[in-house]
Formats: sequence, structure tokens, C-alpha cells
Amino acid sequence: MPLASVVLGLVLGAVLIAVQGHSVLSAYGALVLGGAGDADAVLRTLQKATPLIFGGLAVAFAFKAGLFNIGGQGQLLVGAAFAAGVGFGIDGLPLVVHLPLALLVGGIAGAAWGAIAGVLKATSGAHEVIVTIMLNFVAGNLTDWLAANPWQDRSGSNIIARTPLVEPSAEIPTWGWLPAGFLLAMIAAFACWFILERTTYGFEVRSVGANRHAARYAGISVGWIMASTMAVAGLLAGLGGAIESLGVDGRFEAGVNVGLGFEGITIALLARTNPIAVIPAGLLVGLMEAGAAKMQFESGVAPEIIDVIQALILLFVAAPMIVRWLMRLRDADDRRLTLGAGWGR
Amino acid sequence: MAGTAASGAQLESEAAAAQPEVLIAGRGITKRFGSVVANDDVSVELRPGRILALLGENGAGKSTLVNVLFGLHRPDAGQVVIADEEVELSSPHDAIARGVGMVHQHFQLVPPMSVVRNIVLGAEPRKLGMIDVAQARRRVLDLADRFGLHVDPDAAVEDLPVGAQQRVEILKALYRDARVLIADEPTAVLTPQETDHLLDVLRGLTDQGVGIVFITHKLREVMAAADDIVVLREGRVVGTTTPAETSEAALAELMVGRAVDLHGDRFESGATGVGSAVSMATADDGDAVAEPADAMEVVLEIEALCADDDRGQRAVDELSLSVRAGEIVGVAGVEGNGQRELVEAITGLRHAASGTVSISDRDASGARPRQVTVIGVGHIPEDRAKHGLIGSYSVADNSVLNRYFRPPFAAGGMLRRDRITSHARDVVATFDVRTPSVELTADSLSGGNKQKLIVGREFSDDIDLLIAAQPTRGIDIGAIEFIWRRIRERRDEGTAVLLVSAELDEVLALSDRVAVMYEGRIVATVDPRTATREEIGLLMAGATPAASSS
Repeated sequence: MPLASVVLGLVLGAVLIAVQGHSVLSAYGALVLGGAGDADAVLRTLQKATPLIFGGLAVAFAFKAGLFNIGGQGQLLVGAAFAAGVGFGIDGLPLVVHLPLALLVGGIAGAAWGAIAGVLKATSGAHEVIVTIMLNFVAGNLTDWLAANPWQDRSGSNIIARTPLVEPSAEIPTWGWLPAGFLLAMIAAFACWFILERTTYGFEVRSVGANRHAARYAGISVGWIMASTMAVAGLLAGLGGAIESLGVDGRFEAGVNVGLGFEGITIALLARTNPIAVIPAGLLVGLMEAGAAKMQFESGVAPEIIDVIQALILLFVAAPMIVRWLMRLRDADDRRLTLGAGWGR
Repeated sequence: MAGTAASGAQLESEAAAAQPEVLIAGRGITKRFGSVVANDDVSVELRPGRILALLGENGAGKSTLVNVLFGLHRPDAGQVVIADEEVELSSPHDAIARGVGMVHQHFQLVPPMSVVRNIVLGAEPRKLGMIDVAQARRRVLDLADRFGLHVDPDAAVEDLPVGAQQRVEILKALYRDARVLIADEPTAVLTPQETDHLLDVLRGLTDQGVGIVFITHKLREVMAAADDIVVLREGRVVGTTTPAETSEAALAELMVGRAVDLHGDRFESGATGVGSAVSMATADDGDAVAEPADAMEVVLEIEALCADDDRGQRAVDELSLSVRAGEIVGVAGVEGNGQRELVEAITGLRHAASGTVSISDRDASGARPRQVTVIGVGHIPEDRAKHGLIGSYSVADNSVLNRYFRPPFAAGGMLRRDRITSHARDVVATFDVRTPSVELTADSLSGGNKQKLIVGREFSDDIDLLIAAQPTRGIDIGAIEFIWRRIRERRDEGTAVLLVSAELDEVLALSDRVAVMYEGRIVATVDPRTATREEIGLLMAGATPAASSS
């Protein structure tokens, strides 16, 4: 079904391109060339795909415990900001210490941000969707403030709300067309799969997501699983942000990463919350974003068409899934019969 | 219910002239959900000014029936009649428009809004496009006066006690000119005093020509308030009677599964009726009454246990009970007398308010489910879909659902798939779970096979205590017999067994001792070899052991 949705999205995108009087073939051709035509294009695609994969995993992992993590954006932002803080704030460390430390701090910042929603859900029942959405705003303002005040780059005449460049010892290396951050994303995806499918912890996470009552019967602490799952989700998003700062931008700048965390929702739904499938989903969207500029340059199609195609794909993939997800919530409340009748079944 | 019409006094009420003969009726209603037949050729009839009680256990099909009458479900067969007219209800709106009101068990109110606004919501009197609050208030007060339903019209609903909120629900229906009021377990949420008041109110409504259908499984209320009684069991009508013709004991018998002659004949073993299938299974088994096991050490000791239900009402009340090794203690009782809360409090699924539970000489009061499992307790939960299995998990994963975390199924935090799979194959083979593969989901199994999988899982561990709640509910006779035999074997090997069942036959067939539970307490412990069903039925209905009236 996700594949069909991609095809459907591209077909409708082609119609829109044709309606504007452009050549579909040259537009899509340029899009692919721009995303995979040469080493630079591949590098761009992989760089774009990396935070998307992390963001997708952050949503997919939480979903396995039945939680809808809308907070990828906030978790990614604090990860990006704190990793940059460690990256420029400390010098004199060797790369093998400095870079892992910066990544770790970014991940932990994200994990803490995610855990807030998980702990609130476990202790007070506060809905994670509401809490994570609100925490996105808090994270946005917090990191803007950090970049504009204590951590602002004071060199020269800089007036932009951004940190100084991170030390070379905290930079994520790139080997030719392969950014090391992308490797981390692949490792993270396989690690998520392994944890979920092969460990007792993963069994607990999936049990809570599949049937909370049976999980409790099985002796699983549902509250702990909710809290820890949100922390893991935050860790993933935070790492995505940290890699963005340390590997792509070289610093944290206010407003640069806005929206990146939300795309994780697209990716996770496209992958049907399967951690391994998050990789191709991230690559697909990454490629479209990487190739958009070339498409505009070569065929004159506005790059916004990419957003439209993405939105269409998401619509086709997500609508039935979101509907089903909502229905499952109703089931839990034993209200299915009423609902079914109310909608005329 | 080929009944006499409403009495003359009732017919003289103001609406007498336009009074239909039948207010609401279901004729031959059949309703299926998938393969489950919730209602099977059910016929009921309500006449003006009468109270019809629908009596039955959870899952007997009462709610389905009233949902059909209210237009929430469409019947697969049969007709709904409202005011002498056959009607096709496509939604509750159709029923409301025909003067049928429903008081749901979970109130359909907007908590922060005032009583008046809640009552008129959706049918507001308007003036210049605005709600005419003054008129709405006046009409609500008129109604409240006329029916004696007193409630502060300006209070916010969330500030009212539950009983008053229920009166608001009733007023809401009356405001829409309901001539029929359907109340789904209206007393379940009420204190005894509120219950008495509600029964008075309902009685008052019938004086004005309103007919009432109310659902309950509480016998006392039925005897106190109903004019007509219909007893449902497993989706079928098993008895139609009136309080004058029956007794609480007879109703209890009807509800828990034996066809009973309501005209005073003695209960004979092997009587015909719904319960006889189970009796036959007992006979096949060769020893209907279990051999008493040798008295051994006490494994489960419950002292003065108190626990509340989900609504915060005391459900288990200073209950004390002990179960010895090699003994099956059966808890008999009409459902809803605290059995579920008792089991949940012992197994750690519910917090006990006070009291102690000790298992194998270890204090298990307030233990978590995991700790209870580790002590050596097997638990066959009452609701296999909710607690017993994860439907989307494979049979293999379900076979270790509460034991996945320890050897040999796990090592160092890793699941050992090969061990889990071979364990599942063992369980499936030993407990005759019919499935082509242990990798299929539990949802793909039939009800009986699901239950055998749960029993197999709980029995495959080294347990000292087995808690079996409704272990054979809704499964076929072959599976019932199989599970009974396994439970007896376990008992003979020295396991202590606490059996909780709404099936009196099951309790009698398996138990060495029968503890009768009523309103959260064990009211008597009897010997199943000497006690008669009649005695136990009376105890289940709340009679004191000494009293014997029939």
C-alpha cells in the first residue's frame, strides 16, 4: 500500500506539473539526477535522509508502545542545540572523545525532552499528543533563546541567532559521497528493529502497544514502558538533531531545523512504523528534497511541488492508518459498538 | 408476557385516551456480532404503566436487546414495535422521535454545563436565534415538579452526586416526551439509598403512563420494582415471569443456568434447559462430585480483604478465605457481587483498600502482578481477550506472555525464540490447542482453543496456586471437559485452586468446598456433596444461611 501511495502521489504530481505546462519527463528526470545523479547528489540525498530517518524512528518506536509522538520537532531541536553547545563550547579534546560526547549530550537532551511527555502520560494520563505538541513550542523558544543569547556567535559583526562553528574535533566526517551520520541512521534503524523484536524490553513495549490490559496482566509496568519508550523516541530524534548540527550545518542556528522533526511523522507512516522500512522511506523523501533544486533549475517547476507530492503521498498512506489508529482507541474504551452504529456501519 | 393490560387506575391517567396497547416490543429479535449470537429469537413486550426488568448476567444479551430497541443496533431478524406500530429504526434519533428515551449506564452529559442546558441540549427553545434560557428553565422546572425529580436547575452537572446526575438523564428523556424509558443498569452506579430513591421515581413515572425497561442483575431490585420480568441467558429468553410468581432464589437459578419450573416443582438433577449440556459433560466425566482432597497446608490465606470497583464503590468487603494445597475452593455467586474485584486484588491487578493476602506463607498484599506470578501463582483471567491474550501476538509469544522474562525464554535481556517456539509446541500438543502453526496469531484461534492456550500457559509453570476465573466461559463442551479434567489433575498433584465461576454447575462439579459470595462477602461455605442447588441459590440471592423460606 505505501508503494501504491508513492506511485499515486507521483502521478498526481505529474498531472500538476503538466497542467503548469512543463515537461513531466524532464522535471522528474532532473529530480532524480539532482538526488542521485552524481556523488554530490548522493551526498545531498543521504544528508537529507539522515534526520528524516531518525525522526521517523522517533515516531515509529513510540508507536510500537501505542504512543503518538508528535514531539520529534522539539526533541530534535534540543538535540541539535545541545550537541552544538558541546561542539563549540569545549576544545582541546580528541575527536574520539569530543564527537561521541557531543552526540551523546544531544541524544540525552532529546531523551529528556521525550521523557517529559512519557512520564506525564504514565503518572497523570496527560495525552502525549497534546504534551509533545506543546513541548515543541517550548523547545523552539528555548533553543532560539540559547542561539540568540548565551551561545550566540559573537565573532565579527554576526547578528544572526546562531552558535559559533563547532570545533573540528566535534565534526562528523564525510567520506566522499557518504556522510558518517547516515551510517549512524542505518545503525539506529537496525538497533530499533533488534530491540523491538529480539529483546524482552521490546516484547514489553509491543505488549503495551498491542494490549495494555494484557501487558499489565503479564506483569509489565505499563507506566515505566510509556516513560522509557518516549525517552528512547526522544533519544532518536535528538541524535538526528545532533547529527544535523555536527555533520551538516556545523553549528546550531535558530529557525534552520524548523519542520524537520515533523517530517518524521511522514516517514514513520510511510514505513508503516517498521524501523527497517524507515530507511527507504527516508531515502525517498530525502531524494525528492535533494533533487528539488535541480528540478527547478532545469525545468522551471517550482520546488514546492515536492511538498505537494509529499503531502499527497502522506495523505494516501496515512489517512487509512490514522483512521484505524483512532478506531483502536475507541475499542479500548469499549465504545466500538456505539461508534459503529453512529456511523451507520 | 401474555399479560393482563395495565390496571384501570393507570389507564385513567391523563394520557389514557391516546394510550397504545404496546409501548415497545421486540418480536423474535436475533442479533449476531460475527460468529457470536448476542440475541437469539428474543421477544419482549412493554405495556403502558409497567416496569419490565431485563435480568441476566453480563453477556446474556440484555444490552444488545435494548440497543436494538433504541435503534443503536439493527437486528438481523425480528421486528421492533413502538406504540403498536412496526418500525424500522436506523438510528437512536428515530427511536427518540417515537418517544423512546434511554438512560445510559455511562451518563451522556456535559459535565461543566448547567442542568437546564444539559436537559435542553439539542432541543433548545429558541428566541431570535438564541437559546431562550428563561423558557428552558421554566419547562425543566415544570417537568421536575410533575415527575418528582428534584434537582437544582442551575447547578453544573459535574458538581452533582451521581444519583442527581441520573435524574438529569431521566429528565432529558422526559423533556423529549419519552413514553418509554430504557435504563441500562441504572442502579449499578448508585448507593443503596440512591437506588431506593430511583425505584420510587420509576414507580412514580409509571403512574403517569410511562413504561420502563430496566436492565439489572440485582435480584432484590427486580423483586421490589418490576411488574414483568424477562430473564435472558446466552442471548435467549429463559424465563418470563412476574415478582408474584417467582422468588429471588428461582431467579438466581434461572440466571446461572438451569431451566427452572417456576411453579414450585423440586429441582431434579438432569433437568432440561440450557444448563443441562454442562451437566452432561459432568456425567461423562464420571465423578460429578470431586473427591475431597487430603487437607494440606494453607496456600492462599485472605484476611479481611477490602477492594473497590472501578467506580469506587466497595466491592469486596472484609472478605476472608483460605485455600489449602490439593483443594479446589469454588466461589459461587451471582455475577457482580465482587468476584472480579476479589480475583484482581489477589493477582495484583487491583489495589486492595485494606486487608492481607498471603500466598505460600509470603505476604502478597499489594504485590504487583509480576511478583504474584513469581511467587508461583497461575491465573486464568476472566476476560481472555482483555487480559489473557494479546490477539495480534503469535501463539508462541502468547504461550510465554507472563513468563517471557525468565529462563529459559530469556537470557541477558534477549528473547530466546527457539526456546519460546519449542515451549509453544509443547503447550499446543499437551493442551490440544488446534492451530496449524504456533506462529499464527492468537486471534486466529477459536474461543475454546484460546482458552486452552491460556490454561496450558498457566499450567506449564511450576505453580502452587491456581486462580481460575470463569475458566470455561463461552467455550464448547469438549473444551470445557478438557479444562475441568486438567484442573482436577492439578488439584490431585497438590496445587491449591481458587475457582470463581458464574456457572453453578461448574462450581459444583469441580469444588471440594463452595464459598458463596454475596455483596462482597463470603456469606457461607458449603459442602457441594450435601448442599442442594436450592440452598445455594438462596445464599446467592442474599438469604442468610439460617433462613429458609421456600
